[in-house]
Amino acid sequence: MRLRTPQLTQILFTAPLPVLLLLVYVIPFLGIARWSVTMPTLGLGQYEKLVGDPLVLSVLVRTVRICATVTALSVAAAYAIAYVWVRGTRWQQRVAELCILVPFWISVLTRAFGWLALLSNRGLINTWLQAAGLIDSPLSMVRNEASVVAGMTHVLIPFAVFPLASAMRAVDERVLLAARGLGASRLRIFWSVFLPMTAPGVIGAALIVFVFTLGFFVTPAILGGGRSIMMAELVYLRMFQSPDWGLGAAVSVMLVVVVMGLMAALFRFARPALMGSAR
Amino acid sequence: MTLQRPGPAALTLATGVALFLLLPLLAVVPISFTPARFLTMPNGTWSLLHYRDLIDNPDWIAGILLSLRIGLVTSVIATGLALAFALGVWMYQPRFAAVLVGFVLLPMIVPPVVSAMTLYFLLTGLSQVSSLVGYDTWLGVTLAHVVMTVPFAVVLIFVALAQVDRRIDLAARGLGASVLQRAFRIILPNIRFGVLSAALMVFVLSWEEIGVTLFITSVNAVTLPRLMWMGVHDNIDPAIAALSVVLIVITTLVLLGRMALQRPETA
Repeated sequence: MRLRTPQLTQILFTAPLPVLLLLVYVIPFLGIARWSVTMPTLGLGQYEKLVGDPLVLSVLVRTVRICATVTALSVAAAYAIAYVWVRGTRWQQRVAELCILVPFWISVLTRAFGWLALLSNRGLINTWLQAAGLIDSPLSMVRNEASVVAGMTHVLIPFAVFPLASAMRAVDERVLLAARGLGASRLRIFWSVFLPMTAPGVIGAALIVFVFTLGFFVTPAILGGGRSIMMAELVYLRMFQSPDWGLGAAVSVMLVVVVMGLMAALFRFARPALMGSAR
Repeated sequence: MTLQRPGPAALTLATGVALFLLLPLLAVVPISFTPARFLTMPNGTWSLLHYRDLIDNPDWIAGILLSLRIGLVTSVIATGLALAFALGVWMYQPRFAAVLVGFVLLPMIVPPVVSAMTLYFLLTGLSQVSSLVGYDTWLGVTLAHVVMTVPFAVVLIFVALAQVDRRIDLAARGLGASVLQRAFRIILPNIRFGVLSAALMVFVLSWEEIGVTLFITSVNAVTLPRLMWMGVHDNIDPAIAALSVVLIVITTLVLLGRMALQRPETA
């Protein structure tokens, strides 16, 4: 069958990007998937390691623990600042917007360095505490799980703010007015009306943040100092430091499966709240 | 009209969050003025040593120029591809539009480390075919950055297209405009700000990309973030503090400028 001209132009517009991604992204990923069952030997040995090897298992547990903590902290913190961004006076809105967008546009690397500048042995906090005579020797605040959580939360708050803010903007002011007219206190209005109405935004934000945390690599590598290794960093280490490409590939495949499952959940449950959340 | 403004409890919490967001950025400032060669607070004497370093050290200059080049080329290619794709989907509304859009958004959803491994696999493979586009080359990095940033451009352009009145396009079509006339003379002028912000976003994302770049470069294509990574990871170089201050100041000024420009609209 010959193509009619309209079909040809349609293909010229629509096809290049999907075709490019198919060639340079999807097909190479299949290569990775093949590594996971052929390296070093043919079989599912690498996937058995994911559930059986104590080292891999401990990394997996730590990853889930850190991701869950970061998700809870980021969404809670984002809720507070999004609330002021959406419902504050105009001046408050401006300040909140700046506090959200300036870190958002600055690279993950710079921000991880900022945490080092704040927390390391000769950093800002230790220098101040020592100058004030409160401590004799510097507190060790980096290269542990807490600093990884702080650094990751810092990166992810803005990502949680966007869906939350769009859920908050969608709340009908008249409902709040009705609640007040019926005699509800400020706290009651927030707790029984506003919070439930923005709950889909909370779920959406939590899923987005959790999906992002799973693949996090730069921040934990810098602030964890090789001690609090997470799944993504394990991939890097197995690629470049103590090579076990099959294991790195198996972890990658597992991450993709988990993330796709979570995205399916996101679209199933929180789609309305996310409409228009893209900046 | 907002009925209920945030009360003292909400404001206190939000202030705490704001401080948490700003403190690590502010902590970089005093450290950038230290005269020492390692990460420390200036001990009485302040110095511009590390700012000089940024200008004098050829490594930094090379890194900045390389990142600029990759960022600009990535921005043009990714925005172009995203624009053609989004226009095609918008004008023709193909039957499997949702699947297609989901497909091109994959690199944004898949964890960066998985994309990094995938692109490493691709580029080491390409290296055997051509030494021009491959592992540790600037074109290889550009290709990887296009893949990683193109979903963001697609999203931003679709957001802009969602605000275009379809009746304008229908009118043009009714008056006999060709597809190209509709695309370039009717639709494009209506979404030009969306396209520009997509190009800017892609540039910034490429400029600061490290997760993938780390996997696909070693000694030749050393972008600015790659250079910073070496300075943060191996031994902490205060020149990074100076560079960070410069980047933070530029970002803040751009955002303040944008806010000032938006003011007349919202007022």
